[in-house]
Amino acid sequence: MSLDTATVRRVASLARIRVEEDELPRLQSELNGILGWIEQLQAVNTDGVEPMAGGGTQALRLREDRVTDGGIQQQVLANAPDAGPEGAAVFFSVPKVVE
Amino acid sequence: MSYTLEGATGTWEVVIGLEVHAQVTSNAKLFSGAATEFGAEPNSQVSFVDAGFPGMLPVINGECVAQAVRTGLGLNAQINLWSRFDRKNYFYADLPQGYQISQFEFPIIGTGEIEIQLADGSVKNIGITRLHLEQDAGKSLHDQHPTKSYIDLNRSGVALMEIVSEPDLRSPEEAGAYLTKLRQILRYLGTCDGNMEQGSLRADVNVSVRKAGEGFRTRCEVKNVNSIRFVMQAVEAEARRQIEVWEAGEEVVQETRLFDTSRGVTRSMRSKEDAHDYRYFPDPDLPPLVLDAAWVEQLKAGLPELPDARRARYVGDYGLTPYDAHVLTLEKETAAFYESVAEGRDPKMAANWLTGDFFAGLNRTGHSIGDSPVSAAHLGELLDLIKDNTLSGKLAKEVLEAMFETGKAPSVLVEERGLKQVTDTGAIEAIIDEVMAKNADKVAEYRSGKDKLFGFFVGQTMKAMQGKGNPTLVNDLLKQKLA
Amino acid sequence: MTAPTDFTIAEARTALAKRELSATELTQAHLLTIEALNPRLNAYITVTPEVALQQAKAADAALAKGEAGPLTGIPLAIKDLFCTAGTRTTAASKILGNFVPPYESTVTANLLRDGAVFLGKANLDEFAMGSSNATSAFGGVENPWKRTGDDTVLVPGGSSGGSAAAVAARLALGATATDTGGSIRQPAAFCGIAGIKPTYGRVSRFGTVAFASSLDQAGPMARTVEDCAILLGSMAGFDPKDSTSAQMAVPDFAAACARGVKGLRIGIPKEYRVPGMPAEIEALWQQGIAMLKDAGAEPVEISLPHTQYALPTYYIVAPAEASSNLARYDGVRFGLREEGSDLKDLYERTRRAGFGDEVRRRILIGTYVLSAGYYDAYYLKAQKVRALIKRDFDEAWGKVDAILAPATPSAAFGQGEMQDDPVAMYLIDVFTVTANLAGIPGLTVPTGLDSKGLPLGLQILGKPFDEETVFAVGSALERAANFTATPSVRAAA
Ligand SMILES: [Mg+2]
Ligand SMILES: [Zn+2]
Repeated sequence: MSLDTATVRRVASLARIRVEEDELPRLQSELNGILGWIEQLQAVNTDGVEPMAGGGTQALRLREDRVTDGGIQQQVLANAPDAGPEGAAVFFSVPKVVE
Repeated sequence: MSYTLEGATGTWEVVIGLEVHAQVTSNAKLFSGAATEFGAEPNSQVSFVDAGFPGMLPVINGECVAQAVRTGLGLNAQINLWSRFDRKNYFYADLPQGYQISQFEFPIIGTGEIEIQLADGSVKNIGITRLHLEQDAGKSLHDQHPTKSYIDLNRSGVALMEIVSEPDLRSPEEAGAYLTKLRQILRYLGTCDGNMEQGSLRADVNVSVRKAGEGFRTRCEVKNVNSIRFVMQAVEAEARRQIEVWEAGEEVVQETRLFDTSRGVTRSMRSKEDAHDYRYFPDPDLPPLVLDAAWVEQLKAGLPELPDARRARYVGDYGLTPYDAHVLTLEKETAAFYESVAEGRDPKMAANWLTGDFFAGLNRTGHSIGDSPVSAAHLGELLDLIKDNTLSGKLAKEVLEAMFETGKAPSVLVEERGLKQVTDTGAIEAIIDEVMAKNADKVAEYRSGKDKLFGFFVGQTMKAMQGKGNPTLVNDLLKQKLA
Repeated sequence: MTAPTDFTIAEARTALAKRELSATELTQAHLLTIEALNPRLNAYITVTPEVALQQAKAADAALAKGEAGPLTGIPLAIKDLFCTAGTRTTAASKILGNFVPPYESTVTANLLRDGAVFLGKANLDEFAMGSSNATSAFGGVENPWKRTGDDTVLVPGGSSGGSAAAVAARLALGATATDTGGSIRQPAAFCGIAGIKPTYGRVSRFGTVAFASSLDQAGPMARTVEDCAILLGSMAGFDPKDSTSAQMAVPDFAAACARGVKGLRIGIPKEYRVPGMPAEIEALWQQGIAMLKDAGAEPVEISLPHTQYALPTYYIVAPAEASSNLARYDGVRFGLREEGSDLKDLYERTRRAGFGDEVRRRILIGTYVLSAGYYDAYYLKAQKVRALIKRDFDEAWGKVDAILAPATPSAAFGQGEMQDDPVAMYLIDVFTVTANLAGIPGLTVPTGLDSKGLPLGLQILGKPFDEETVFAVGSALERAANFTATPSVRAAA
């Protein structure tokens, strides 16, 4: 499976990474290099093998339903590039989204 | 009998499936210890986990899991002892992690079924495809600034149950009845408060249309409809739109739409146009959710009585009409209120008073059963006063009105206002004597055969007694004296 | 007397306890070395002298009161992937360039609880993605070792290159590090020090910037195996804030170092003899086998048949998880933001400007392998092969108590020598990546020098949660190898 430029563009868009037109050929060949190398996995017979999802094999531990966090509005907002109008910086903000 | 829409090319059937997002009732969020309360100061109920900060990890709230299991049991559904959380990846301003933790391949609850009641008295079973747990996103505010959207993450991470129905619904009425019933079950279970205005319950409505005998055609999803009435309207509006598209020789495109409540039409959601590719994969921060069968049994044993069972009991044990039983079980609070009024009393009498004057009183004074000025104990006391002849039915209505105004016990009001029914025969006889003396001519007429005048004497006597005379005694004594 | 910067952690603890020197003196000695050498080595992204001296002062007070903890007064370098409250944490990325966490990672909190002193935040590959520390947005790290008669600047390995260089050059007594595909064991080998990646779940991941959640595991680097054991004893432990943290007691790792290897069966995996492996590496491995045999262990040839598929498996699983883990760096709540015409544009510009080449490359690969139509062929397939790799080890544990293998296929290479071909760079992790996929512990021990005078290391792999045996074998190997060489760039003795 080899990536064409349209796919590279689509993947970059899905990943929200800007890619300039002149970067595309290099990126495409790098990604294809990696994917071509990964292709060797297809040679492994994995019939009937249960996929291994994560590192841990134990079951989830259930937490108690108690309020133990939150109430730290200013700490949560402290690193925000734009936390709203001065004096009322209680929000994160982004360019207006039209729904 | 069945619901259809007429188009230029003939009759169309509507196929509807609902995806309901129900906020789980819990103190803390699904994967963090922040509070879930509604209406707090923006970003005040946010932990670093909810805001997707570097290095933050999810730890699941056991009560949210229990609530999902209770709901599954209430929906007569398969409880999956092994389930898993997956990440649904997409970028959005109010999705801090860049993914939603949800359950994709292995939901906690599998197939189930609920019964809905329709206006014509018929019932229908609606299949439940699945229920899964997931986190809510934050909230974007678009109207606070001319060029910016503001983000409040208070909801981010709150536990939701996504409850997916089979495409078994065939009319706006059925969709409304399904949502009503689902909401009723959730509220009985105490697993979701069902508050649609606050967004605790939101419906995504999948609608398609077809000609009789056809398979399914392309469906569209109308997102986030937040009232039962709007769900019913959205179904019809979307169905009519699709019929127009098909009949114009075009194809309905599978897409996500919004219901414009002011115009009563659905429109395409531009912001979600970008091709969906959620790249689901198992969340590596969360091992599988493995439930203990004994724990599930324990939850089952602790379930409250559900509306269907309660309704059947009211009809069977209390002898109520199916309609009264339905009305009294719609809300868990009403049923509980009713049962404490009916306890040790005539259940039918209790039902009549509740569905009649009591509900009217709530309406008139703008109260709900939860904050009723008349307690169940006071209403019960009122029924006792009727039973022991302290109050006539008419007086009791007056007393109930006063109870709504003052919140006082009926016995107190009877005392204060001297409303107590007069049962002293001597006192009644004295009044009757007065009335007969004043109306000697009418007495003569009556005695000469004009029976109809009996009502006149009753009225005069009651009037003279300001309505407090015991009607039976007044009747009996009048008959004796006039004879 | 030994220079304070040349102490092992064990020696420093004794010296501090005996009050032969103060924690403040020990810290100052390190800060002076950092001042002298860090401009050249670039091992630290951020040096925190005020924090360190304040902690040293507190350590001295504790020592005076006889209330010393296991690490009281021990100066450490903290990989800049661990969030430290009030101290900038960058993950060596521009996108977190100004991020000051208001919270402490569990690992660093545990170390602070035990009295450690933090000298600063160590350099690394951006988001721990790399094997040479070349992808850091704060510049590469120089390996303090030199080829004999050759001034070429060598890489320290990666991703924990700053931690490794700092420990080797005496800019810290020990360091925290993380290992997703070899990021502790490979730089330890390149810099002639010890380092252990514990069992997955042994050390909490809470507060550590995530790269690939199912593979990431924090561990220590130090100049001796025993020092690693001391540090791990402090870093490890059950953490309710991490759902993958194992609910297990922390054994006395340092005590295990003295156990010896008599009667232990040591697996020698034949598949680790990879094509093109330099003769020097093969020789080193054979020496290691001989040393353990002399110490009373029994070498047993074993087979781990899916070894050759570990790297391609890793380069599906790790980028896939990373593509999702790194989605939170979007310019909205923290970190770099590049304004855009709309939200999508803001995201795309921010992430283009904030992430370096390798990180962007891996995010794209990860996004692709998870995308519709490719999930089964790549991600699901990789999960299945991962299961087979784990099964290989599970079967081996029926026959052996630990496994001995080379840590790296070569010694440190020159800066810029491997940068052009991503796949060639990936191959450096060929011996280390299996442990991450299987979730088992792996320890690098420096055991020799190559013909050019550069350090080489061997690796001991162990059963899940059996770090004690790994430490026992590692210590025995360390004693037998008696590796005493020191890098040419280091604190003046
Ligand atoms: Mg949906
Ligand atoms: Zn959902």
